[in-house]
Amino acid sequence: MSERAANASMQAVALSKSFGGLRAVADVSLDVHTDEIHAVIGPNGAGKSTLINLLSGDLHVSGGSIHLDGRDVTRLRSERRARAGIGRSFQKTTIFAQSTVHENVRLAAQAHAKSPLRMFGGVRGDAAVNRAAHEALEQTGLMPRKATPANKLSHGEQRQLEIAMVLATTPRIILLDEPLAGMGLQEARRIVELIASLRKGHAVLLVEHDMDAVFELADRLTVMQDGRVIATGSPNEVRRDPAVRAAYLGTHGDAA
Amino acid sequence: MAFARTWLLPALLLLAAVALPFLVPTYYVQFASKVLIMGILAMALNLVVGFGGLVSMCHAAFFGLAGYVLAIATPKYDPASFWTSFPLAVGVSAFAALIIGALALRTRGVYFIMVTLAFGEMLFFLFHDTKLAGGSDGAFINYKPDVTIGGVTLLNLDKPLIFYLTVLAFTVATIALLTMLVRSPFGHALQAARDNERRARSLGFPIFRLRLTAFVISGAVAGVAGYLAAAQYGYVAPQMLGWHVSATVLVMVLIGGLRSVAGPLVGALVLLGLEEVLKSSTEYWKLIEGLVVIAIVLMLPDGMRHLLNAVFGPADDRSEEAAVGEAKHV
Repeated sequence: MSERAANASMQAVALSKSFGGLRAVADVSLDVHTDEIHAVIGPNGAGKSTLINLLSGDLHVSGGSIHLDGRDVTRLRSERRARAGIGRSFQKTTIFAQSTVHENVRLAAQAHAKSPLRMFGGVRGDAAVNRAAHEALEQTGLMPRKATPANKLSHGEQRQLEIAMVLATTPRIILLDEPLAGMGLQEARRIVELIASLRKGHAVLLVEHDMDAVFELADRLTVMQDGRVIATGSPNEVRRDPAVRAAYLGTHGDAA
Repeated sequence: MAFARTWLLPALLLLAAVALPFLVPTYYVQFASKVLIMGILAMALNLVVGFGGLVSMCHAAFFGLAGYVLAIATPKYDPASFWTSFPLAVGVSAFAALIIGALALRTRGVYFIMVTLAFGEMLFFLFHDTKLAGGSDGAFINYKPDVTIGGVTLLNLDKPLIFYLTVLAFTVATIALLTMLVRSPFGHALQAARDNERRARSLGFPIFRLRLTAFVISGAVAGVAGYLAAAQYGYVAPQMLGWHVSATVLVMVLIGGLRSVAGPLVGALVLLGLEEVLKSSTEYWKLIEGLVVIAIVLMLPDGMRHLLNAVFGPADDRSEEAAVGEAKHV
């Protein structure tokens, strides 16, 4: 465990977050590595989304620390963390709905350009930005839809677009908050394949309710309940863990 | 068609604007100057309202400050030099925008309106309730600024024609500057932050710096308009800084459209033209004007929708706030 943590891309140590009297996240430690998908599962209200918001900087921690390649980023604001290489998707689709697919992805790439707020010249001239946007569209299969306004896409395509935007920021860490939420089987299939393709070259933290997808994708699993980590390990280890069976997977097994 | 829209129409309009003073009486040349000056102010405001989604209610303060700087910089029996008074006036407006923006941009929506309104009124009362530059009576500017180089007068601003053409040049420069900004990566980022602040932030855009920059540029251009207005009337009064002017300019923006650079200039022409026509025909012109403005805004509901989005957030963004609120209480 300690050896893995040494080359971890992102590491959370004893994170906690309280909202008033409620401890949404309590003493959570985990790490994510390049070329790995680390899934976080747990029942509703387990604190998974809060955890992602802490890692991305959208929420301030109440305690604990977050490290990116060994550097402490706990106090860094979300836009600075994004610039440092952390990309995220949101539980509810969060895109520029009025803009075209291409403009959405181009903006994402622009945010990581050398001078993202250049005040002169148009927005088509930056070769690096165009390349990043092009690659993100290619990888997510959205190229044929690039001229379509984002609000005219299907729900599944919008989720794809959100992942494309994350990719266009060329992140090292990718945080995905329920990317399959509200999706049909067909659409979900495409996203699962897309997420699998993110593994290479990225450290992926995946929060997801769809157990089939999680067990298919995850290299490692962390199970949360009531804000705490109750188990962590390989999918097989977690599957056998009695605490997990009792708390969570048991009910899932009954349902299946 | 695209060619006609991008080049032909603006070129024809510019030609007409240049030809205008040679075709109409002096009174209308002065009126046209007034329209262009208010148009510059409205276009400046629209950079933050339309493109930034920030409904500022203190732009009259930036407008008035620059006017007051000219009034204070002009000696009693001599003109002020344009080369020193103009940069000073615009600089003061920009600086005020930097301070007010740095504080007000920590708020959103309705709170942003209220905070900017409060700062605007503070500056209004600074000039209204103190002896500064004539207090509530205002101050005269006896001589128009002097545009000379090495003793040679380049522009004699006392001549309405020259003054008008100077204002027209500033108007064209404003349109060019704002068009460049809006189409640049900066402008696209500003609009992205307007459409979805959370997404823009999580992509890595420095939202606060982005908006503050836009606010300062907008305040500086409002200062340009204020300087020209003070020069035209030869008089400044605290009312120039008041919320009434801010609101009027916001109406111009609303009439002209929040999504175009030059639209607010059209809004200024419509509103001031309407005033001009009604004033000469009826005693109750303000009542009629109000009704006509309401009718226009209702007929062009896009402007109102964009404004409401800026204040309360886009409709689906609002439900998203709710979703995150739930997530926070996991």
